[in-house]
Amino acid sequence: MRHIISILLENEAGALSRVAGLFSARGYNIEAMTVAPTHDASISRMTVATSGSEEIMEQVLKQLNKLIEVIRVHDLSEGPHIERELMLIKVHAVGPDREEVKRLSDIFRGRIIDVTDRSYTIELTGPGDKLDAFIHALDPGMVIEVVRSGASAISRGAKAI
Amino acid sequence: MTSPTTTHERLSPKTESETLTGAEIVVRALRDEGVEFVFGYPGGAVLYIYDALDKQEAVQHVLVRHEQAAVHAADAYSRVTGKVGVALVTSGPGATNAVTGIATAYMDSVPLVVISGQVPVALIGNDAFQEVDTVGITRPCTKHNFLVKDVKDLASTLKAAFYLAATGRPGPVLVDIPKDVTAHQCVYHYPDKISLRSYKPTVKGHPGQVRKAMQMIASAQRPMFYTGGGVVLGNASEELRKLVRSLNVPITHTLMGLGAYPASDPQFVGMLGMHGTYEANMAVQHCDVLVALGARFDDRVTGNLAKFAPHAKIVHVDVDPSSISKNVRVDVPIVGDLQQVLTEMNQVLGELDALNDPHAMQAWWAQIAEWRKRDCLHYQQDDQIIKPQFVVQKLFELTAGDAIVTSDVGQHQMWAAQFYGFDKPRRWVNSGGLGTMGFGLPAAMGAQVAEPDATVVCITGDGSIQMNIQELSTCQQYKLPLKVACLNNHYLGMVRQWQEFFYEDRYAMSYVDALPDFVKLAEAYGHIGLRADTPADVEPVIREALRLKDRMVFMDFRVDAKENVYPMVPVGSGLSEMILV
Repeated sequence: MRHIISILLENEAGALSRVAGLFSARGYNIEAMTVAPTHDASISRMTVATSGSEEIMEQVLKQLNKLIEVIRVHDLSEGPHIERELMLIKVHAVGPDREEVKRLSDIFRGRIIDVTDRSYTIELTGPGDKLDAFIHALDPGMVIEVVRSGASAISRGAKAI
Repeated sequence: MTSPTTTHERLSPKTESETLTGAEIVVRALRDEGVEFVFGYPGGAVLYIYDALDKQEAVQHVLVRHEQAAVHAADAYSRVTGKVGVALVTSGPGATNAVTGIATAYMDSVPLVVISGQVPVALIGNDAFQEVDTVGITRPCTKHNFLVKDVKDLASTLKAAFYLAATGRPGPVLVDIPKDVTAHQCVYHYPDKISLRSYKPTVKGHPGQVRKAMQMIASAQRPMFYTGGGVVLGNASEELRKLVRSLNVPITHTLMGLGAYPASDPQFVGMLGMHGTYEANMAVQHCDVLVALGARFDDRVTGNLAKFAPHAKIVHVDVDPSSISKNVRVDVPIVGDLQQVLTEMNQVLGELDALNDPHAMQAWWAQIAEWRKRDCLHYQQDDQIIKPQFVVQKLFELTAGDAIVTSDVGQHQMWAAQFYGFDKPRRWVNSGGLGTMGFGLPAAMGAQVAEPDATVVCITGDGSIQMNIQELSTCQQYKLPLKVACLNNHYLGMVRQWQEFFYEDRYAMSYVDALPDFVKLAEAYGHIGLRADTPADVEPVIREALRLKDRMVFMDFRVDAKENVYPMVPVGSGLSEMILV
């Protein structure tokens, strides 16, 4: 099963590689990993999308907690939460495709953020499957390049993790 | 605590305004931490630190001949004393040589602080001379590590290193210090305490879980205790003894746990696992409640996991939550410090209405007595060829079971574990987790430094001893009177045994046909070498070695080349499926 794990950790050099190293050394899956400082500059928040059996997930959480710089670990999948991912996608936009891409972008609530006479760059936010759907809606030959941020997630309700 | 000012304090007052160099801060911090010995090897990046060490006497330095040995010696010093061991190495190859030692300590949860030199901050990342990414290399084999880029962070980082090494599940912590940081100056302030918001190890066991565990244990028909290195590291032997005696339960130890409960006590059924006793393994497989204390269900202990302790409900106490339910599903998990939790368990025991059904216990002990009759460690000593087991047994007898025994890795290690009965904790020092050949001799040095008056014996083999043989020179320099007992069979014995059992007698690369003359080698290093060729030589050689109290003695025992370690649980088999003699 897929899990979204939120990690608060000290914003220190090497902390990121400790988490990444843990996943690779112990053979855990990483689908995506994002990290950036929070409103408290001394703390970073990392979101890891991973998957595994219940036993493996228990170990993932325990091993993350064991890292000295990790302040808090929470499996967001245990409760209601919101997941968002940012995608920047550059597509060929010539002739009749130009109108079609614009329409498609509007349907997905995307924003065209860069334009040339041959291309559009579109910014799109949403859950990962929405971004997938957008890519699939395009003719594969149209895509020039794709940048995805990986999932960021937050729990619903008034409380922090 | 109120105490008169000691001489020590008067000589070096803790003034707020004292400005020191980074190197002096390192040495002062070690002293303020109560460190008496540092094991190390100098080099370019640590020259300021060595200079600062040279100017004082509170912290003594033991010069080894290879950085791996420095870390092993510090490791053994820690295992014997319970204090944090300290090693000091230079950058680049100094640090990479130390890695095997660090990984060894990490696997066995030994508290160490390893200080490594680094190239100056401005050169980091520049492929400078003797530069290596030490924190990168050691990240997966330390509990934590630090790179100190500012002298102002040095004292607090060292404090954090000692705190992290010694608390929770102990382990090695590395502090990498660039050379320029050791030259820079700042005001020295060593904090008395340190608190890290991201690190709060659980000490006390959950009272509800402790009660539940004790009720489960007391209602068992066939209870069994299985304890590991955690009991030794957690200084919980006394509490363990009390609990096990009150309950009259059988107890087995892992390789790392030996000595926690007296081996001479009838309730002790020997070590369990791959080379455990028949009675210990059978008891684990047939018990209905298994109590695991400070142990981690390692693959060498459990055998085939699917077949492990099939009838047992499991109670598991460990300071590290990630050890619990990692390999084996646990029914009652308790996270906490072993000494603390065992104290709680003893308290709850006194409040229980009823203990185990005496009839069931009688039947259980009768069954164990039956298994014991199998006499699984039996061997036959004739008057021709020395049996390695016989050497260990004689060492045990002639040292009255009171030596500190270190070992290397292989057959001799298993025979030492099987035939040297440890009645006290912190007397058995071996590399259990990583299985590091070359550990034994430097470990014996660290143990001898820790206890100068103790009899320290390194039980080793002709393969392992050559992995750090250069340390005979260190023994000479510091007049360390340790005894090496080499069970010399001209083979990498454990490899040979596996090849005999599982590779149809094809002894690929396990025969060593160019051994040095160990007696002459010992003499070349200024020591005494003794050889035993026949069983009749064994006792006189050991007696002579022990008589030479102030000399390092190398005993070369020419033992049976084809002897195997029994019992043996082959990989993939259940614990009860042992190869027996």
